[in-house]
Amino acid sequence: MIPEIGQFALTLALMTAVIQGILPIWGAARNNAVWMRSATPTAALQCILIAIAFGALMRSFVVSDFTVVNVVENSHSLKPMLFKVAGTWGSHEGSLLLWTLILAVFGAAVAILGQNIPTSLKARTLSVQAWISTGFLSFMLFTSNPFDRIFPAPLDGNDLNPLLQDVGLAMHPPLLYIGYVGFSIVFSFAVAALIEGRVDPAWARWVRPWTLAAWVALTGGIALGSWWAYYELGWGGWWFWDPVENVSFMPWLLGTALLHSAVVTEKRGAFKSWTILLAILTFSLSLLGTFIVRSGLLTSVHAFAVDPERGAYILGLLVLSIGGSLTLYAIRAPKMDPGGLFAPVSREGGLLINNLLLALATATVLFGTLYPLFLEAITGDKISVGPPFFNASFIPIMLPLVIVMGVGPFLSWKRADLPGVFDRLKWVIFITLISLLVVWYMQTKGPALAVLAMAIAVWLLLATLREWSLRIKLGQVSFSESRDRLRRVPRSSHGMTLAHAGLAVCIFGFVGSSAWKSEEVLFVEPGTQIEIAGFDVTFEGTERVQGPNYVAAVGVLRVMRNGRDVTVLRPERRTYPVAQSQTTEAAIRSTPAGDLYASITEPANEDATGKWTLRILYEPLVGLVWLGSLMLVLGGLTSLTDRRLRVGSPKRKTPVATAPIAGE
Amino acid sequence: MMTLKKRRRIQVIVLAFVALGIATVLIGYALQDGINYFRSPTQVTEAPPPPTEKFRIGGLVTENSIRTVGDASVAFSVTDGNATVPVVYVGMLPDLFEEGQGMIGLGSLVNGTFQATEILAKHDENYMPAEVIEALEAQGVYQGGRQETEIGAGNDS
Repeated sequence: MIPEIGQFALTLALMTAVIQGILPIWGAARNNAVWMRSATPTAALQCILIAIAFGALMRSFVVSDFTVVNVVENSHSLKPMLFKVAGTWGSHEGSLLLWTLILAVFGAAVAILGQNIPTSLKARTLSVQAWISTGFLSFMLFTSNPFDRIFPAPLDGNDLNPLLQDVGLAMHPPLLYIGYVGFSIVFSFAVAALIEGRVDPAWARWVRPWTLAAWVALTGGIALGSWWAYYELGWGGWWFWDPVENVSFMPWLLGTALLHSAVVTEKRGAFKSWTILLAILTFSLSLLGTFIVRSGLLTSVHAFAVDPERGAYILGLLVLSIGGSLTLYAIRAPKMDPGGLFAPVSREGGLLINNLLLALATATVLFGTLYPLFLEAITGDKISVGPPFFNASFIPIMLPLVIVMGVGPFLSWKRADLPGVFDRLKWVIFITLISLLVVWYMQTKGPALAVLAMAIAVWLLLATLREWSLRIKLGQVSFSESRDRLRRVPRSSHGMTLAHAGLAVCIFGFVGSSAWKSEEVLFVEPGTQIEIAGFDVTFEGTERVQGPNYVAAVGVLRVMRNGRDVTVLRPERRTYPVAQSQTTEAAIRSTPAGDLYASITEPANEDATGKWTLRILYEPLVGLVWLGSLMLVLGGLTSLTDRRLRVGSPKRKTPVATAPIAGE
Repeated sequence: MMTLKKRRRIQVIVLAFVALGIATVLIGYALQDGINYFRSPTQVTEAPPPPTEKFRIGGLVTENSIRTVGDASVAFSVTDGNATVPVVYVGMLPDLFEEGQGMIGLGSLVNGTFQATEILAKHDENYMPAEVIEALEAQGVYQGGRQETEIGAGNDS
């Protein structure tokens, strides 16, 4: 009964979405206020209906209703409750339902919170949002219904793939989806503005909080996914330039560009058509991401089994939405007026370089991700593009960006005084050069690029802190006055400081853990000793441990340094009898200086009994990757709480004047 | 006389083209050693690539071929039903690596042995890489495992 209610709710949601997609936008064209206002209740209703469907599916998972195919395939009665709940979005169908739910939640949020948005813009935005909804709901109902029944019902389920039974995984898709789908509302705003033919600073101010929210979620989602690969999958790395990772990274890069260009549109009325284009492209890349993950077109470490029919449907949706919005853009964009003028050296100029470099970086990642597809279609050659490609093309684009990032916040709008900026940064430049030499001296064997990248990260961190301290006049005025200024500085600029510093911290982690990592792989027997990065590690054997739905062999590794006990690492090798599969649980000793990371697997064949394959890694500074990501997320959240960006904040009557201590 | 607005616009366009040019050069340079061709065991046997070339090989892991060598290496062979190529790998095999199952390895061919630096792991035990299916189909070995993988397939993240 419950699954049927879900199914019914989903069908009703589709009908609501169709109405929402037609009535308000038609009303906006005919200036019919009642039709335009119908967007708000339909958006809310659609959200409620999809939430009912999602609840119905979740209930089927929680009570292990094995008459539903989706539950049979992805759950098991003995599975811990958290993973039963997470199983709701662990499958293709369930994750689509989650995707659609988030889409509807964003639509309803705009409908309810966006009181100050002009009625016609709101009506058009919600209609466009409903078109996307219609596409995904029909896709789900026609090709991947999550409520399909099975008869006779099996006694128990197939279990969720054990690799996927992890808290990181339970959280990773929802966050990633909030990010992906969050850009849909920005896309809808952009398409609505194109239809309306008007983009002004007020438009940018309505769009910014949604962009920021989506960006925060996407940042968190990517960081969690990478954390998951590192801690759970036992891959010993956090980024592999794999197609599935790249498709989540591209909307992030472009979304970051969008975040910055929307600032220029808001403050100076410039970059209008560019902001619109970025909004369209960012969501297009999110759709492309969904398509690539589900189509099985690219061989990836994350590859899933997929159905070609679904791929064709998503491809159709993709062509329709990207093609349609870009055509509309091509027709309408040339009519927009270009907005305020600015000198090459100015805040606008800095943000222009930011946008240019981020767009180029996105282009190189897109090229590397899709090149194998094109080449195979044209020549039939099968190739893959590996990390060397991305390291050689992406990093040289990002390094200048980080250098500009240090200076950017010092520049004033319209025309800036570059010598004055460098005068304020002279100590930062000096310390950066000193640290360049220090890193170089300490790591003569390390690659030159790594030394340079470290120095650039120092530069960014110090320049960001210097900008922040100048803003609150730290050290120039009394402490209490500084504290007073600290409170008066807009939250969004604190957010920027935190996020920029977070990126610097991330770079320390990226460089440290990739350029100076040490790794050993060998067969071990009880008593075997290994020396790695100054640690003496002794393998003492394995113990058997019984878990809730698995049995594990736990390796015991005694770690000493200079004859003193440091820790005992216990990497696990788990066997899940129901799913008939095995997983590797790495053991990690984390310190701020670096992670010691060990994992074991079975002997490769029977005649090597008593032997285990041990992989042990030392990754310097890797913890900073997560710390920096956290700072990025917190920076975004701080910005989001800015009074000026608050969704319900009243409209300003006068154009924004640049306050003396304001600025992003 | 060009207006300031027009001049700025042209400057931005020129800047964009310069940046695009730099990106093209970077991509071209990166492509030199960033791409790896895929070869089936038959192709490797017929036209062995030089030891300097990194490429990917894919096929089924031959039954009863996995053994350990020395301190840390695992040796096995990969087949497409027609030709078989021995593989040596230093590292941990992925969780879903098994005899008789599909695999893809990255590495180079040295004296007739494929020295793998990376073996691909899969989320899904029923998943068969598209390249491997095609390589097997070319040798008439693959009998379309789609139907039997219908249940349990589609684990997604």
